[in-house]
Amino acid sequence: MSRSVVSEIRRNHINELLRKGARMDGRGPLDIREISVETGVIDTAEGSARVRYGDTEVLAGVKMAIGTPFPDTPDKGVLTTSMELIPMAHPDFESGPPGGDAIELARVVDRGIRESGMVDVGKLCISPGEEVWMCFLDIYAINYDGNLFDAAALALVAALKTATVPASNFDKGEDFPLPITCLPVTVTVAKIENTLIVDPTFDEEMVSSARLTVTSDENGDIRAMQKGKSGSFTVDEISEIVDLAREKGEGIRKIIG
Amino acid sequence: MDSDIVMVDEKGKRADGREADELRPMKIEAGVLPNADGSAYLEIGKNKVLAAVYGPRECHPRHLQDPTKAIVQCKYNMQSYSVGDRKRPGPDRRSVEISKIISEALESVILTELFPRASIDVYIEIMQANAGTRCAGLSAASVALADAGIPMRDLVPSVAVGKADGKLLLDLNKEEDNFGEADLPLAIIPKTDEVVLLQMDGHMTKEEFDAAMKMGVAACHQIYEMQRDALRRRYSVTEEEEVEE
Repeated sequence: MSRSVVSEIRRNHINELLRKGARMDGRGPLDIREISVETGVIDTAEGSARVRYGDTEVLAGVKMAIGTPFPDTPDKGVLTTSMELIPMAHPDFESGPPGGDAIELARVVDRGIRESGMVDVGKLCISPGEEVWMCFLDIYAINYDGNLFDAAALALVAALKTATVPASNFDKGEDFPLPITCLPVTVTVAKIENTLIVDPTFDEEMVSSARLTVTSDENGDIRAMQKGKSGSFTVDEISEIVDLAREKGEGIRKIIG
Repeated sequence: MDSDIVMVDEKGKRADGREADELRPMKIEAGVLPNADGSAYLEIGKNKVLAAVYGPRECHPRHLQDPTKAIVQCKYNMQSYSVGDRKRPGPDRRSVEISKIISEALESVILTELFPRASIDVYIEIMQANAGTRCAGLSAASVALADAGIPMRDLVPSVAVGKADGKLLLDLNKEEDNFGEADLPLAIIPKTDEVVLLQMDGHMTKEEFDAAMKMGVAACHQIYEMQRDALRRRYSVTEEEEVEE
């Protein structure tokens, strides 16, 4: 997300519109683009989902295998999240090992899943200290038009929610649904001049000075946060963003509910 | 041990109900990704493939530039969840080889001399794999190139002919491929029947090879029709649209 530049004219246009409370695609500052969620799109995955936020599109797949647990959590399954910003998705993305942006995305999405305890890893133990289920959570950007954080997080949550543990393939009894405890939802707010906008597009991300990503659960409690870019937020703005994320999160949760 | 597995029954039907020379059900859609200059989505059997084209654009890395023509850089990638056991993300030797032969097959039809020093980048993502992904990827990629408006001599349909149970079978699926005795992926330029991609592994007699080529070329012409149809659907103007203009 580095090489592109947004022209001065477009930048001014975005700024001027926002001063009047409008955005280039006709949304109000706090509106989210149309979201679509399709689950079960990949037969070879244990769970999968294709999510679109406007023109932003991501594909998440869950694969599972048996492995040895970490020594400090001998009776818990293992989650590994990765994000691939493949060159198909945007002219700025280059092939090669994940860079800073992809790693940050994967880690922020991972944090939302892990810290909310969405996956009950205690139920993914086969034999303590020896065998547990390893969950590989892989997310691919298919088309990038801003706000990969929220699209990736939603795709992964939808994929996990519909995932089946392939126990019979490994002679470990019958298949069973992946144990899920809650549905964390992630909402990102960006700051342009002094206006807060929800679900930024690519151009808006380029113009924005800062962003804050907030993951909340069903109770409206906060489970993970990440501030990004070189700008700053006031304490009041942060409080407002958290409220926004909880409110918007509830609406998004209904889509996958 | 595998002798009890029947690939072809006494009526000549395969396990999935197909005839020996029948393709799996196929679907192609052109223009599916907003960012790419051209794109296509292709399903054949249980394969799900996306192809995207960016370019002609500045060539990176610079030392690959050719002052007389554009270069075609294809990247074939299997997504981690596309196969039974998770594949580690990133290129491996197999995908590098496939990327190279697909680049060369596409280069044979693209009028590269029109774009000196440029690069035409083709990205093939295998979302779900079930044997025959390189052919599916190439068939999708040539539709994506046409969707990008890149001048080409023709599209490049591609399919594999296999041999299982001692019989030639078109477009092997995963189950057949696992017990296959030979595999012959090929791609042609339909206007001239020139072969632009050809690989083979396994064991075939010369007679079998000749028959397999014939079967493959005929199937490529079927795929060609579906490719053209996908482009027609993408670019045809309906009556309503005409009225609006």
